[in-house]
Amino acid sequence: MENNKYLREEIIRESGVNPKKCMKCGKCSATCPAYDEMEYHPHQFVSMVESGDIMPLLNSESLYKCLSCFACIERCPRGVEPAKLVEAVRLSAIRKQGENRMTANDVPALLDEEIPQQLLVSAFRKYSK
Amino acid sequence: MKVSYFPGCTLKNKAKDLDLYAYKSAEALGVTLEEIENWQCCGGVFTTSKKEVATKLSSVRALKEAASKEQPLVTVCSACHNVIKQTNHAMANDKEFSDKVNRYMADGEYSGEAEVYHYLEMLRDLVGFDALKEKVVNPLKGKKIAAYYGCLLLRPSGVMKMDDPENPSIMEDFIKALGAESVVYAMRNECCGGYVSVESPELAKKSSNNVVTNAKSQGAEMIITACPLCKYNLVKNGADIPVVYFTELLAEALGVKEDTNGK
Repeated sequence: MENNKYLREEIIRESGVNPKKCMKCGKCSATCPAYDEMEYHPHQFVSMVESGDIMPLLNSESLYKCLSCFACIERCPRGVEPAKLVEAVRLSAIRKQGENRMTANDVPALLDEEIPQQLLVSAFRKYSK
Repeated sequence: MKVSYFPGCTLKNKAKDLDLYAYKSAEALGVTLEEIENWQCCGGVFTTSKKEVATKLSSVRALKEAASKEQPLVTVCSACHNVIKQTNHAMANDKEFSDKVNRYMADGEYSGEAEVYHYLEMLRDLVGFDALKEKVVNPLKGKKIAAYYGCLLLRPSGVMKMDDPENPSIMEDFIKALGAESVVYAMRNECCGGYVSVESPELAKKSSNNVVTNAKSQGAEMIITACPLCKYNLVKNGADIPVVYFTELLAEALGVKEDTNGK
């Protein structure tokens, strides 16, 4: 429980998000283009961080499905900014030694004739520390 | 008029058309794009983490150079624009962040003085769509064109301040200024799938197909974008109408497109 409390504070400080502002309308998840692919949805990130239930989020594939499209941030009527929580939890996961989601060795296999540099840079920034 | 210009990595490589036609069109409109000296990658994505500083330094250096020349900083790529504009906003409004960044800056502090314009905003706010209309020599009459904003140009709207995030008009006004017909459709400000196409190609495919299908259902014959990643995802996932950079369309209307062929 102590550990959870520390993690919760860390995620809140890193993201700058106050999950207490959430009024549970569900609009973030309703507008999320990755909703069907996510085990935990944007509104669950907000409620689970608030209750300190962070370990399931840390180990979830959902961290790598968020598109960072900011739809949930833009459309939240309370300005909670769920995607910033997803980002903070993902960073906590990949910052651990050996936990990078993507390494430089993975890149050659991804290349095709048309792939824009922007895609590789963005993916690397999101999946690697 | 002279402005500072930040092209970004993709515009010098896989998205050369976006860059070349931006130059040619600006010239035709009497705007000189002065490329930032020794620019480095914008960072690709703006990390929302409060702790991340290093990945934002290159954007700050570009902003600093533009500010020192008292010129607006113009971007073309949606991603570069999003990162640079958000970085500039953080430098102006987040003292803790700007203090950290300024410790890396060799010559003087920076606190968000530069004005950042996307090329489309430059056309609207500095050149003017009416003035643009007068320069059009090859009006694109009868073409039904869908503007694709994606996510990066408009959000977060409080920082980007380009247009109404849910009912934008800047790209539609641009299309009309070129003499074509703009097609409005619901998915124009939804995500193409972004960088997730390397992790979950099926998710990117679904997102991209939703955009193209929706645009076509409203009669679109062509989609325009400012983002190399949007273009890649739409085309890779089987768009069966042309997806072109807005600068290419601009160059065509201004009659300077042929000049760049074969370069």
